[in-house]
Amino acid sequence: MATTNRTSPPFERAGLSDEQLVGMLRTMLLQRMLENRGFQLNRQGKIPFASASEGHEGVQAGAAMAFARGRDLLFPYYRDLGLALGVGLTPYEVLLSLFARAADLSGGRQFPHHYASRRLGIATISSIIAAQLSHAVGAAYALRVRGEAGRAVLTTFGDGATSEGEWHESVNFAAVHKLPVVLLCENNEWAISTPLAKQMGQPDIWRRAEGYGLPSTCVDGMDPVACYLAVSDALDRARTGGGPTLVEAKCYRFLAHTTDDDDRTYRSREEVEAHRRDDPVPNFERRLIEAGILTSESLERLKAELLAEINEATDRAEAMPYPGGEELYRNVYADSTDPWR
Amino acid sequence: MAKTDTKGKKLERNGLSDEQLRAIFRNMLLQRQLDNRGFQLNRQGKIPFALGSEGHEALQAGAAMAFHRGKDLLAPYYRDLGLALGIGLTPYEILLSLFARAADHNGGRQFPNHYSSKAAGLMSFSSILAAHIPHAVGAAYAMKYRGERGRAVLVTCGDGTTSEGEWHESVNFASIHKLPIVFLVENNLWAISTPIEHQMGQPEIWKRAAGYGIPGHRFNGFDPIETYGNVNEALDRARSGGGPTLLEGMCYRFLAHSTDDNDMTYRTKEEVDAHRKDDPVPLFERVLLDHEIMSAADVEQLKRDVLRETNEATDRAEAMPYPTAADLYTHLYEGAWKPWQ
Amino acid sequence: MAVSSPTQTTQLMNNVDAVRATLYDAMKNDPRTVILGEDVGARGNVFLITKDFAKEFGPQRVIDTPIAEASIVGIAVGMAMEGLRPIAEIQFADFIYPAFNQIVGEAAKTRYRSNGEYTCPLVIRTPYGGGVRGALSHSVSIEALFYHVPGLKILAPAFPADVKGLLNAAIDDPDPVLFLEHKKTYRLIKGEVPDGHYTIPIGKANVLKEGTQLSVVSYGLYVHWALEAAQQLEAEGISVEVIDLRSIRPMDRTTILQSVEKTRKLLIVHEDNKFGGIGAEISAMVAEEALFSLDAPIRRHCAPDVPAMGYAEPLEHEYMSSPAKIADAMRELARF
Repeated sequence: MATTNRTSPPFERAGLSDEQLVGMLRTMLLQRMLENRGFQLNRQGKIPFASASEGHEGVQAGAAMAFARGRDLLFPYYRDLGLALGVGLTPYEVLLSLFARAADLSGGRQFPHHYASRRLGIATISSIIAAQLSHAVGAAYALRVRGEAGRAVLTTFGDGATSEGEWHESVNFAAVHKLPVVLLCENNEWAISTPLAKQMGQPDIWRRAEGYGLPSTCVDGMDPVACYLAVSDALDRARTGGGPTLVEAKCYRFLAHTTDDDDRTYRSREEVEAHRRDDPVPNFERRLIEAGILTSESLERLKAELLAEINEATDRAEAMPYPGGEELYRNVYADSTDPWR
Repeated sequence: MAKTDTKGKKLERNGLSDEQLRAIFRNMLLQRQLDNRGFQLNRQGKIPFALGSEGHEALQAGAAMAFHRGKDLLAPYYRDLGLALGIGLTPYEILLSLFARAADHNGGRQFPNHYSSKAAGLMSFSSILAAHIPHAVGAAYAMKYRGERGRAVLVTCGDGTTSEGEWHESVNFASIHKLPIVFLVENNLWAISTPIEHQMGQPEIWKRAAGYGIPGHRFNGFDPIETYGNVNEALDRARSGGGPTLLEGMCYRFLAHSTDDNDMTYRTKEEVDAHRKDDPVPLFERVLLDHEIMSAADVEQLKRDVLRETNEATDRAEAMPYPTAADLYTHLYEGAWKPWQ
Repeated sequence: MAVSSPTQTTQLMNNVDAVRATLYDAMKNDPRTVILGEDVGARGNVFLITKDFAKEFGPQRVIDTPIAEASIVGIAVGMAMEGLRPIAEIQFADFIYPAFNQIVGEAAKTRYRSNGEYTCPLVIRTPYGGGVRGALSHSVSIEALFYHVPGLKILAPAFPADVKGLLNAAIDDPDPVLFLEHKKTYRLIKGEVPDGHYTIPIGKANVLKEGTQLSVVSYGLYVHWALEAAQQLEAEGISVEVIDLRSIRPMDRTTILQSVEKTRKLLIVHEDNKFGGIGAEISAMVAEEALFSLDAPIRRHCAPDVPAMGYAEPLEHEYMSSPAKIADAMRELARF
């Protein structure tokens, strides 16, 4: 069941138009540049924290391209910046979250990268790993109960999450009920400081699917087109009553876990550098240029546009006010916050 | 002793002697007799609750025969009466637990069938499904950590328990660390009222083993000799540093879950009766008779002995005193129990 | 108070160093001790508490677990039942909920349900508390969920010397202990810590500052702020007695009642939500046993009853107290 696509001619475009392919690159570049903006702001002391997703650009842009806006639901995890952008979140909304402004989608309550948007179909999540899996499965169950064909749930998680008991329980339930859900694992080989060998008895998460009675796919997570294909197939299966699929995208986490982590304490620079040759962003740039879909000039123009967009969004977000202290008390219940009645 | 049975079939003994085969049969009879005694006492209004294990006799007697007393540890669940007897607990100890007497290992505190015995190596457990499995894994870790070869942990559970998150987390951890443990699933096709097809996406639990990178086998749990062969091989592997095994013994739950369950509300008498042809107790009796390992007179004598032993144990246990009110307060901590000091 | 003698040498260290030093000694002195949790080995714990432990003691004793909180505690229970002395870490208290059954239903009941035949000498360490921009999942206080449970012991020391003495006591204790470390105090709070092995009895509070007009009971980060507020009030001519609980279950009745008999006013200050927090139990106990010693109603200065502090600074600010807010609460009660 393992399928991989690597970067070699002929260029596999999986039926995507030039516009769509460039659109994926745009999402990937936006993810990387916006993330870097987060690190800059953190170093400048303007925001206390930023999370890293460098290395995940390919799988997230590919998955986002397969996602049906306005129909599908997304239950992401905290490293899904690109996926969120790819399904319609704006840089401004991301920066509002980093700056914790009142106009942020959560009113400045949530940790960065915990975006929720009913409008876009992105669910609200916590920082608790694998907790979103059962929510995703429940939402898929609701779609089934309401007889809503043509809709599916995409849920994502890292390799670390697959050790959680709730991962097991959720995957099992989805399998029993053949739910319209795609379980996408972004395997970047590290759970903060824990390598795969310390997380599981054998390193291929997709191989567990047979035990659950689910189909699975293994895909090169550094290749956005391959990821698009894999997730698209799986979402189609889910939307047409074919049940769940476990998709494992093998990628790599180039940076530390977050700005509060120092990965030099647990892995070598050599290992990280060795994986850089698989960096999805420059590799996809090169493929698009080689296929004549982009030129180096148009690429530079694209990057300049994105930078301008990010700058504008940064200034706009930074200028927005914080929530007031009285905002703490709202939305605990539908009615009064007071526990004594 | 006959080399072949009346149909000319040779007996595969898996290395078991006549004496061991007779001991296995005795265990099976004792298990069934004590099971029945529990129901009788319940119907007589003498004990409030009983839980049966009819159908599991061969699986448990065969597994117990592979257990090394004084060295291995058993982490059972509440349907393992036969395993408890098989590793050395006496009918008297069982009945003390049913009658909730002070002299019970647990001072009458635990629900029936929740025996524990430090001396026999039977770990204390609760009624929470799968909660004991990480305990078994922790104990196996302790063994490996202390460099103790020749010791292993045998942990059992039903099919239902394998859906629990903690089952997954435990098997995963054991596989990462190649711990000296055998996971024996007693698949009796029912989790109270939930049949296999509502519990899991595919019905063969042993197939999950490959996902963890450990060996897995399924065997006929109605055959104590086949059971012994499988469990013995797995325990030997564990004891000699070969790591964990996932075993699935197929059997059937002939009775309702417990005296508080009415299984006719969720399955038919026809289905249950159809499985009676697999009843391990008369089946093994037939095997012993056909291969002249026991005579018909021996069998009758054994049944009388088992009944007598059960009766003696019942009378003795029933005559013992209950714990007193003062016994509520002991063994909370090593020191004082009160929270205000 | 910590055991010390005239010739006792001490070292100045902060709370995180006190945890680290205590764990190090336990690992060195008792080969039955193992540490398990997420990122405790190669990473040395996300606050560097177990930095280099894996190198020195080996990965078999410093275990990097998969992300699986229920089994981190459950496996530790099994280790404890089978003779090891595990110290399990839950990376942040906010992550403890999947392990709730293993703590409350299993660890707490092991001795009791087996009538003493099986015991569970287990320490579960976890950083808790806010004031670090941790938002909803890196800031919560959990003691109220667990102190209710017979069979558990709950500790929450605030000073480095207490951290060492109580962590040693927890490690020595034959029963399960939940050891809560306020993450904001990790580097913020420094103090002299006696060298050598010592323990502080579990269930003993500590009078940090004597006073005559008002008793304040607190723990964790807030006891430091309460002390600061009390010193402020001293300058204003109001004498406040500050008690550091240190031990949540069992809790020190004697010290609290002695103080209330003297000052006749009680203010309980804690970071956790008010409704059902530790203050509720203290209030009930004092009302039951010393009602006529009180000249004013018992007051509780606690967090508002909302799920957690938000990530934005004003939200955290509104949720958390401060020395100034605590001083106001003290003045109000002193004036009653």
